[in-house]
Amino acid sequence: MSERESNDRSPSATGAGDGGARYLTQDDLEVPTHRIVAPDGSYNAGAVPDLDDEELRDLYRWMVTDRVFCRRMVNIQRRGELGTFGSTRGQEASIVGSASTLEPDDWLFVGRAWTPMFMRGVPMRDMILFWRGIEEGQKSFAEHNSQIAISIGSHLPLAAGVSWGMDLDDGDAVTTAYLGDGATSTGAAHEAINLAGALRLPALFFCQNNQYAISTNFESQTGASTIAQKALAYGIDAIRVDGQDVLAVYDAVSTAKERVRQGEPVFVESVTYRLDAHTTSDDPTRYRDDEEVERWEEDDPIERYRSFLEAEGLWDDIDHDAIVEEIEAEFDEALAAANEFEQRGVEELFAYVYDEMPPELARQLAEFEDLLERRPEMYDYVEQRPKG
Amino acid sequence: MQATIVEAVNDALHTEMAADDRVVVLGEDVAKSGGVFRATDELLEEFGGDRVVDTPLSEIAIVGGATGLAMYGYRPVAEIQFSGFLPPAFDQLVSNASRIRWRTRGALNAPMVVRMPYGAGVRALEHHSESLEGAYGHIPGLQIVVPSTPHDTKGLLLSAIRDPDPVLFMEPKRIYRSFREEVPEDDYEVPLGEAAVRREGEDVTVVAWGSMMPPTLEAVEEGDVDAEVIDLRTVSPMDAETVVESVKKTGRCVVVHEGPRSIGVGSDVVARINDEALMYLEAPVERVTGFDTPVPLLSMEDYYFPHPPRILDAMERALSV
Repeated sequence: MSERESNDRSPSATGAGDGGARYLTQDDLEVPTHRIVAPDGSYNAGAVPDLDDEELRDLYRWMVTDRVFCRRMVNIQRRGELGTFGSTRGQEASIVGSASTLEPDDWLFVGRAWTPMFMRGVPMRDMILFWRGIEEGQKSFAEHNSQIAISIGSHLPLAAGVSWGMDLDDGDAVTTAYLGDGATSTGAAHEAINLAGALRLPALFFCQNNQYAISTNFESQTGASTIAQKALAYGIDAIRVDGQDVLAVYDAVSTAKERVRQGEPVFVESVTYRLDAHTTSDDPTRYRDDEEVERWEEDDPIERYRSFLEAEGLWDDIDHDAIVEEIEAEFDEALAAANEFEQRGVEELFAYVYDEMPPELARQLAEFEDLLERRPEMYDYVEQRPKG
Repeated sequence: MQATIVEAVNDALHTEMAADDRVVVLGEDVAKSGGVFRATDELLEEFGGDRVVDTPLSEIAIVGGATGLAMYGYRPVAEIQFSGFLPPAFDQLVSNASRIRWRTRGALNAPMVVRMPYGAGVRALEHHSESLEGAYGHIPGLQIVVPSTPHDTKGLLLSAIRDPDPVLFMEPKRIYRSFREEVPEDDYEVPLGEAAVRREGEDVTVVAWGSMMPPTLEAVEEGDVDAEVIDLRTVSPMDAETVVESVKKTGRCVVVHEGPRSIGVGSDVVARINDEALMYLEAPVERVTGFDTPVPLLSMEDYYFPHPPRILDAMERALSV
């Protein structure tokens, strides 16, 4: 018997019947989508996760936080107060449902999701600083075990590595890597997910399939009918969930985390939609039509969840306008604090490159400080003065 | 026509796609959206979806796929959206694209272009501002072209697409739209591997390329220095002869680049001068460069790259000896 035939992971050979080779196809695989609250607001009461009323109301509050924060950020970007910004409008259920499962010791690598960091204590001020291109903002992200990955997919091997370390330490914490549909096309994603599958690294890969990677729609991104099914090829179990349904996302990710805590990797595909542009630099009218956007706008995840809260009799205790007002006030305060961030010196450019500054780098800093002192006209050429 | 650098890129692509049906444009968001900087605008409408292809988000697949297309006889022009996203595909450049001719003893080649905007100063996010021509220039078999004017952009890109070997075409995005100049509508080439003398002078040679040309020329004007300004245009292989001949005349040299100083292209310019014109030097060669640090995020990025006062300061140092 050859080595290949003895591979005990393979099922027995077929070839009986007509004897012909048979295709293994995507249709051989049924990939269900987990859902608790339907778009019309009806829901499966037996499947509602075990959360108390306060926790259920919190889900709503955080979704509204995400929406208000994005609206304000887009507004101040248009006033020239940020470089660019990537809104998450439409993905609130996907983001908040997943992030509600976070424990303080968990590690978080996000692609398009900012509110999870607020949920773990990152001040809004620091997120504003980040989008203003001030490195200091990221310090508090790191202090809360969180990072934003800009280079698409490049964070997934890191997430695999961090969970590896957690596994070696027999820890209970979980590393979650957020990624998008586009990231699943990158080489880094394949190599990371394969590594996690091969070494049984307890990582949670949370993919927000928001249908677009800038202009590239999901159908152009992959020939596969779902992203969840890709996990199987790497020996990782997957859950596909309706990303417009905050309870289903919470339930799916909680279930996945139980498995991860037992030492197994899990992949979750959350099917959602990016209602705004990729970033404020992008013009989505070039690649998608208004009707499509309107169809998704009609299935607003916040509205869908409100139907559930109403049916459960929880809505009467929620003052939506007061929540919005409170978040607006929090944003105003954060913006004021960001505006007061003190001007930094040029030594900031040279900080944190190495633990100890090498002599050549120290020489470059000294030369530059000397130049700035001798030639104040340098400042006329620095179009963006350091500010915060 | 009067065109900007990015319009010259677009015009070159239209020109060569019309002239040669083996030319295929591929990359993220190049087709439907026309590229994030609109460099590939209207190509899809004119040449169709077989020749203008929105790829999945995968730099490895874009550069490796282009290499395969080129080996098979096509003339791919791949776009990497920002230079900071090229590193995943570094393996394809190092291990494949640059070595196909060598590996097959000339039986196959890879006539391909990888275009990408590079450089800081457009208020972008992390990984959007790098100037790593030095790193890529270290790969034998790969040519690194960096235009600085609309006229050169069109002519160099046409040469690059027609060149039988792979070209990394780095577009200075900070000056993509900062000025226009006359760009001929007809077909013309600017040869690869040849520097241009932008300004003749007797006192000091200033070598720069790409995004550093406007501040260099401004420094020369402001300082009222009789400088000879050389635009390298192709970083690798480098036209050292033009630099050396100029230094033999002026006896002094300043090299200006945006990328980090150490192990950079400037080091190589200095080495070439040492090789060929050491005894003509009257002062040490000065380097004005980015720092040996990551490019800072947008709030302080304007401190990172050389501005005219820094360039002028170095020229004065070179002239003071």
